[in-house]
Amino acid sequence: MYRDMLLLRFFEERALRVFLEGAVVGTCHAGIGQEAIPVGIFSVLRPDDYAVSTHRGHGHMLAKGADPRRVMAELFGRRDGYAGGRGGSQHMACFEVGFLGSNGITGGGIPIATGAALACKMKRNGRVVVSFLGDGASNQGTFHESLNMAAIWKLPVIYACENNLYAMSSPWSEMAAVKDVAERGAAYGIPAEVVDGNDVLAVRESTARAAARARSGEGPTLIEFKTYRFCGHSRSDTMPYRTREEEAEWLIRCPILRFSERLRSLGILDDSSEAKLRSDAMRIVADAEEFARNSPEPDPESVAEGLFA
Amino acid sequence: MREITYARAIREALAQEMRRDPNVFCMGEDIALYGGAFKVTEGLLDEFGPERVRNTPISEGSITGVATGAAMLGMRPVLELMFCDFLALAADQILNHAAKFRHVYGQQVRVPLTIRTPSGGGRGYGPTHSQSLETWFMRVPGLKIACPASSADAKGLLTTAIRDDNPVLFIENKMLYSLKGDVPEGEHLVPFGKAAILRRGDDLTIAAYSRMSVESLKAASILAGEGISAEVIDLRTLCPLDVDTVVASAQRTGRLLIVEEGTITCGLGAELGFRVFERIWDYLECPPRRLACPDVPIPCNTKLEAAILPSAVKIVDEARAMMEAG
Repeated sequence: MYRDMLLLRFFEERALRVFLEGAVVGTCHAGIGQEAIPVGIFSVLRPDDYAVSTHRGHGHMLAKGADPRRVMAELFGRRDGYAGGRGGSQHMACFEVGFLGSNGITGGGIPIATGAALACKMKRNGRVVVSFLGDGASNQGTFHESLNMAAIWKLPVIYACENNLYAMSSPWSEMAAVKDVAERGAAYGIPAEVVDGNDVLAVRESTARAAARARSGEGPTLIEFKTYRFCGHSRSDTMPYRTREEEAEWLIRCPILRFSERLRSLGILDDSSEAKLRSDAMRIVADAEEFARNSPEPDPESVAEGLFA
Repeated sequence: MREITYARAIREALAQEMRRDPNVFCMGEDIALYGGAFKVTEGLLDEFGPERVRNTPISEGSITGVATGAAMLGMRPVLELMFCDFLALAADQILNHAAKFRHVYGQQVRVPLTIRTPSGGGRGYGPTHSQSLETWFMRVPGLKIACPASSADAKGLLTTAIRDDNPVLFIENKMLYSLKGDVPEGEHLVPFGKAAILRRGDDLTIAAYSRMSVESLKAASILAGEGISAEVIDLRTLCPLDVDTVVASAQRTGRLLIVEEGTITCGLGAELGFRVFERIWDYLECPPRRLACPDVPIPCNTKLEAAILPSAVKIVDEARAMMEAG
């Protein structure tokens, strides 16, 4: 898990860097600081469970088992990317690992995840679907409509809300009158809890409870993971809406730092093993970047191919 | 072969496909015990049970997304939207999700989703329950649109839609539900993208779909009494659009009238008329003409509604004017 968190961190830092360098055009939503959530979630789910992501989905995808090379190649818009250059940062899928797609419409993936859970229930395959969403998406109608449907049909879905306190620039406290997104679960008869999203073990435990509930046929759970993105919303964001003091407070609560301390206190991690894990993760990211840079551009002649099955 | 209504033909296609493939299921508002607002799904609950004839909350946006998500994992949902006007609530899930996923995700996924919904006026339901919005969706790449004008096509096109691995918008018509016609009893498929020539004629070509094909046939009978020979083409599907059949006909007759129930601006007439014009303009005796609803909301009052909806009488008037023009 620790290595995976490092991988997600280094990958996002590299992704932002190549965007800032101009090697990659378009937009890029990184999830630096939010690594504990996907890593904790998928550490406890089965490989054949599913996930539907948001516009900030690189980390979700990597934690689900997607190939970093092909994720990076998609950021570069290359032929070997998961969408062959059509999707870019926020429209990628990897069905072979059960990652059913990131999504450029805030809240757009919530009913998709709910429908995937309906399919799992109808097929009686015992699988669970994770529906990632942000605090901003919890103000979309799809959130409310989907939670209601999942509750009445007892669907095997976990609504994983990553509350990083800001919907782009808008503070959660100004965009909702309730203190926690989790309070909204009660409106639909869905058990909900607030979890420290920067504590990977807490993420893991809460997900295990929700997955057990889903698999036993009891239905959905809403988990609100409190977290913070250490970077801007997108590459053009200079973060005028939050204070440097607030950022510093959250940096102390860095999920990687905290897990490292925990592992060290338990005697599982030391300087040399940490250095090795870091260099391993760094090597994977460097390899992914090299692969992406060397991947060919898609053929413009192919742009209309595959519109219909 | 026996005569059954358009509504029963749809129900028959649903039942036959649900028997054939356990992944096919119906979902929508009030479709189970109540049988849907127009009773199209009546009786299906008894045979298939509440899991496969699934009532949903009134959440058009998200039920469309839920159906899409289920389709992505191999189910073949047939979603009923009670009125086509509610497509506006479902539009994001159709435009940005269902129709895009296959192309955008690099062909990793299929979305075998059918959305059934009734279009059209004529019942005095007014501005939010009478529209014909299907031509909006002609501009959504990745979406197919079928619009049957007869009981046989209702069954045949719906069967094709359900078996198609792509999202299909299946446009029914409220005024046609009670229309009777011959329908094959067993498996019946009608291919997409192949227009039907409903009546042969030499003087002008009338191209239409859904209820306007029926109105065009009535108009052609009246015109025949006046010595005007009209060919009537029922397009059957708007995507794919069978331009070739219309081109071949208009090239021969020299006149093209396009009839649709939706509003005129950027409608089928604008698109099809231009596509035909750019190919055979030098064969045409006069410019193609469009008969459609003017760009106003559809009123409840029967006389006001009749004033704006196209009809057989108005088609006859247009055809006469075209014959006089050249």
